[in-house]
Amino acid sequence: MTSATTTSATSSAKPTKEDYKKIAKVKKNRSAGDWVIIAILVIGGLAMLFPLIIILLNAFKSSADYNSTGPLSWPKEFSLTGVIKFWTTSAFPQKVWNSVWTSGLVAIFAVILSIFNSFALGIGRVKGRRWIILLIMLANMMPQEAMLYPLYIMFKAIGLYNSGWAIVVIFTVIQSAFGTYLLSSVYGTFPKAILEAAALDGASRWKILKDVVFPVSRPTLSVMLVFFFIWTWNEYMYPMAFLVDNSTQTVPIAVSALSGDKLMDVTTTAAASLLSIIPTLIFYLIFQRTLSRGITAGAVK
Amino acid sequence: MTSHTSAKSAGSRAAKKAKDKDGFRPDRKSMSRIPGNPSNRFWIYLIPGFFMLAWIILVPTFWNLYLSFTRYRGIKPPEWAGLYNWNKLIHDTTFWISFRNSIWMIIAMVVIPIILGLLISSLIFDVVQKKFGPKTASVLRGVYYIPQLLPIAVASLAMGWILRPTDGALNAVFKAIGLGKLQHNWLGSPDTSLIFLMIIMIWIQLGYPVVIFMSGLQRVDPELYEAADLDGANWFQRFRAITLPSIKPEIFVVALTCTIAALKVFAPVQMLTKGGPGTSTMVPSYYSYSQFFQTQQVGYGAAISTALTVVIIIVSIIFTNVQQKAEREDEE
Repeated sequence: MTSATTTSATSSAKPTKEDYKKIAKVKKNRSAGDWVIIAILVIGGLAMLFPLIIILLNAFKSSADYNSTGPLSWPKEFSLTGVIKFWTTSAFPQKVWNSVWTSGLVAIFAVILSIFNSFALGIGRVKGRRWIILLIMLANMMPQEAMLYPLYIMFKAIGLYNSGWAIVVIFTVIQSAFGTYLLSSVYGTFPKAILEAAALDGASRWKILKDVVFPVSRPTLSVMLVFFFIWTWNEYMYPMAFLVDNSTQTVPIAVSALSGDKLMDVTTTAAASLLSIIPTLIFYLIFQRTLSRGITAGAVK
Repeated sequence: MTSHTSAKSAGSRAAKKAKDKDGFRPDRKSMSRIPGNPSNRFWIYLIPGFFMLAWIILVPTFWNLYLSFTRYRGIKPPEWAGLYNWNKLIHDTTFWISFRNSIWMIIAMVVIPIILGLLISSLIFDVVQKKFGPKTASVLRGVYYIPQLLPIAVASLAMGWILRPTDGALNAVFKAIGLGKLQHNWLGSPDTSLIFLMIIMIWIQLGYPVVIFMSGLQRVDPELYEAADLDGANWFQRFRAITLPSIKPEIFVVALTCTIAALKVFAPVQMLTKGGPGTSTMVPSYYSYSQFFQTQQVGYGAAISTALTVVIIIVSIIFTNVQQKAEREDEE
């Protein structure tokens, strides 16, 4: 059955002709109620987008334009001054690179750690797993400010302070806590028939993990990978505390630094906000098909 | 859910220490889900995770607990102070106000996003996808998810500017539609600051349940919906009988992670209101942060954050208990 779920994941990406026919047939039966529902959803969506529309509207204005006409008017002329100002003063490409490599490594390491933990907890069913999961979830539960002093002292002692590796290490643990919580419950319902078949073939535990469990749970793992990347990218407190140098800082820290800077004008702030969302937006668009496959796909049925 | 198959293993010391509420039968080896492989052979896979956890989380946690019993201003070594900080904490009205505000944050970051998220995801899945096509559905889902892509610090910065009293966009909108009288210092007045912080949090949070719930709905058998359709069930009946029970696991995951996030909420408060005006938007995380780094009362900050940790742990244990009970009921 799992092979069915994995193939359905790929086939959902490419609907067959029959699917299209089916959709076309149903589409004709739109009732008034359906139109009301989509109207409400679209209005709600516009409300969600309102702040971003405002950002977009002002990101390409000159500050003189903004000061004279306010935030709602259409830009008099297309101005890139805000974008250029933020790009150069913050050394934006460097910030993006810092964010990309730290978030990327966190996503990969945290997924690997979650797999190991969940293999022991969900499939291995080690004793006391419920308490072990709670202990691991402590990484997620601890308020970050409580850890700042101890981590600061420890990282300073081993030379990780002001290094992106501090972020990689911390968030690998934090994200894998959520990953373990999710994945161990997914592995708890892992199709038993597949495991039995693998055991009959005489496969070792490591081989079963590598060749059976990992491939079958890949849809769940890729959703975790996407979430971990975006979450780490968007983190604020630890990067703010541990990355004090301009050359190590991440994108959100560079943007939030503007709020203290009295010289920065509104249009630069808008341009910076816009620039900061572009990398994660691209990432989301690339992986949005992955997200729709479902966090528990491959485990159910 | 596992009470019949698992029994206490004789070998592993750690297993002996850990209390499992499942059956305690020392004479039988507890088995994994792979036939022929006893559970205790799997401990090795927990080792890397445990070392990382001990280093990054457990050591700092106990360190912080220790600091809560000391006077420490960050420069001279900590000085043992016994229960001084804890005694101060109990009599500190700001501390209690911060936890009262946490309840509002839970409403804004858990209750409302889950209710709206259930409605939106099931409408997109059940109505839009079928009647308007999967493209429309995925665009709508993306629109609701976009605020989640914005770094929370950036989202706060942008919202702070939109709600600015002098030249903010919201006041400009009111002026433009002739409701100039409604202009207000939204985040700067005690009567509206909390409610607007809540609105911002709903805006930021909503996309998360929508995406998770929609992904959960993918695995619901479409035939169930078709059968319900044939029986003449309306949207709400399908929602109650099929949608809700099918995505129960996702609801638990979202509820627990969002509740923890709501109790820990920090960045928007720090960037937008600094807990003010007065203490109207004070939350535990920001309160302890301000003790740690502004007044340099490290011991007191440690006490506040320890108290917050205890609350979060209790809430999580209750959650997982309810979750397990629900899972067990489902299996019966």
